[in-house]
Amino acid sequence: MNQPIIEAVGVVKCLGTGASRVQALKGVSLALAGGQLTLLMGPSGSGKTTLLSVLGCILTPTQGEVLVRGQSIAGARPGEMARLRRDHIGFVFQNYHLLPTLTAVDNVRLALDVRGEPAASAIARASDMLSAVGLSNKLNAFPRELSGGEQQRVAIARATVGDASAILADEPTGALDSANGNAVMTILARISRETNRAVLVVSHDPRVMPFADRIIHMEDGRILSEHDNRTVSRQAAPSSRAAALTPAGNGWR
Amino acid sequence: MSLIVKIASRNLLQDRLRFVGTVVGIVFSIVLVNIQMGLFLSFDRMVTTMIDHAPADLWIVPFGTKCFEDPSLLDRHDQVQAMAVPGVAQATPIVIGFTEWTVPSGGTTPVFVVGSPETGAGLHPWNFVDGDLAALSAPDAVAIDATYFGRLGVTQIGDSTEIRDRKVRVAAITNGIRSFTTTPYVFTSLDRAQLYMGTPPARVSYFLVRLDPGADLAAVRKGLLAGIAKIEVLTPAEFSSRSRAFWLFGTGAGAALFAGALLGAIVGTVIVAQTLYSSTKDHLNEFATLRAIGSSNLYIHKIIVSQALLSAVIGFTLAATIGFVVVEMTAETALPIVMTPELTAGLFLLTVTMCIASSLAAVVQVVRIDPALVFRQ
Repeated sequence: MNQPIIEAVGVVKCLGTGASRVQALKGVSLALAGGQLTLLMGPSGSGKTTLLSVLGCILTPTQGEVLVRGQSIAGARPGEMARLRRDHIGFVFQNYHLLPTLTAVDNVRLALDVRGEPAASAIARASDMLSAVGLSNKLNAFPRELSGGEQQRVAIARATVGDASAILADEPTGALDSANGNAVMTILARISRETNRAVLVVSHDPRVMPFADRIIHMEDGRILSEHDNRTVSRQAAPSSRAAALTPAGNGWR
Repeated sequence: MSLIVKIASRNLLQDRLRFVGTVVGIVFSIVLVNIQMGLFLSFDRMVTTMIDHAPADLWIVPFGTKCFEDPSLLDRHDQVQAMAVPGVAQATPIVIGFTEWTVPSGGTTPVFVVGSPETGAGLHPWNFVDGDLAALSAPDAVAIDATYFGRLGVTQIGDSTEIRDRKVRVAAITNGIRSFTTTPYVFTSLDRAQLYMGTPPARVSYFLVRLDPGADLAAVRKGLLAGIAKIEVLTPAEFSSRSRAFWLFGTGAGAALFAGALLGAIVGTVIVAQTLYSSTKDHLNEFATLRAIGSSNLYIHKIIVSQALLSAVIGFTLAATIGFVVVEMTAETALPIVMTPELTAGLFLLTVTMCIASSLAAVVQVVRIDPALVFRQ
């Protein structure tokens, strides 16, 4: 495995207070390396999204340690956490979370704008990234004018345009039909392989398994199992099935 | 267009009814403040208009005089003592006061008479639109302002009526000499003014003092105070300030105008705060997304403040337009509303301040947003 981009060591996370306090993560250790698509599976309430939130510097661990590019987030203030997310992590959400009042290119550009990138270069990069996910003809479309699959591709472009070294996707196919789900997973798999990014996909959809390099099963806040998937089902796997679904793009930077 | 401004403007326009509510709130508030402050400025000018137009380096006024319209009187013979003070070139008596004008069509109306010597210095009318100062030398001649034609029941030179049973003939007409008390000014000679008001010939209201070239104002003032009993000697600025303080603050009129303006500002702030807060609440998910993708608090605050500023600019533009229409409509009335560049700039600053202050509640709300919200939606 390459040097981890994000690493969790013995992470415990408690949510809520008083009588409603629950331990969502119970000593989880996990490393996400570049060039690898990790699939995190498990039933509802198993702690998948909490782990993704902790790895994504949205939540801080109650115990244990999270390292981003070797830097511990222990004691980091909200502003520093935001900077870590901005510089290192891209998010893809089940419900896309695009800003409905912005066009596709502006939604993607947003990830660069929050980093202070000048408008002209941000627009150019956002346009390139949308072309890379096969949406060169939808640059000025508003989210309401896009299908679910197209919206998720815009969200992926937004997550990757800022050169984030890790992409964390929460149920990225959850709101999509099979064809669009496959297209989205194909893009995420290509991102991990072709740009050496760490991609973590949280899902309970077994159809995404063939795209994963590694599959981790969680239950009750613990990792139950972890196995390398490259030798099992990914030998020829998604490439043939996804070939027709892969958007005609300009390649990843 | 900056992405921040784009997000802000589209957030505002997404719910057009609410945006209209915001703008109406700002417009209502700023027009109200504009009118109150415009009236204040108008009163402020009118309160001192006579003092501003009097050719005096110093005013000799009865001791304790509160304002230009004060009914206290001086002894006319004090003029001799005044002229005896070294440095005094002229000491011109004038008489002022309220009396009753007989409206030709019936009834009476109060007027404010200003009487000055027929020749030489004095508080004479200005802005003549018909007739001239020389015409006031004719028997029974008075000058009135065109603003008050309706009130006085006369419309042109030659029209006549009575004041306290004494004949009055309109010999000159001015424009724009308006009274803070809304009582029409009537200019005439000193002697006739005394007759119209029943003031004894030996009594006058003020002396307008002109100094010799190079005379020391402080020394002259000291000499006048030493030589004449029961008087005060004021510079025009001091007399203006005293009149202004009496009418605008001593009577509560100014305080009432300021209270109205303050109320307008508060109402506007509350309306804008409420609509911005509810707009932010409607876009919480989007702000949570922004936080999740790593935007700083400052970036989000800029969006909210931009929303407030856009509302301010649009609201102010409409309010200022309405304000200028109101100013134009009242320009020739007895109670004109005054708009100055300083007031316009002040209103713009007030609008911006009001809107930014209104955005604070929304900013506080956004600061509390948990970016993890995006995983629960």
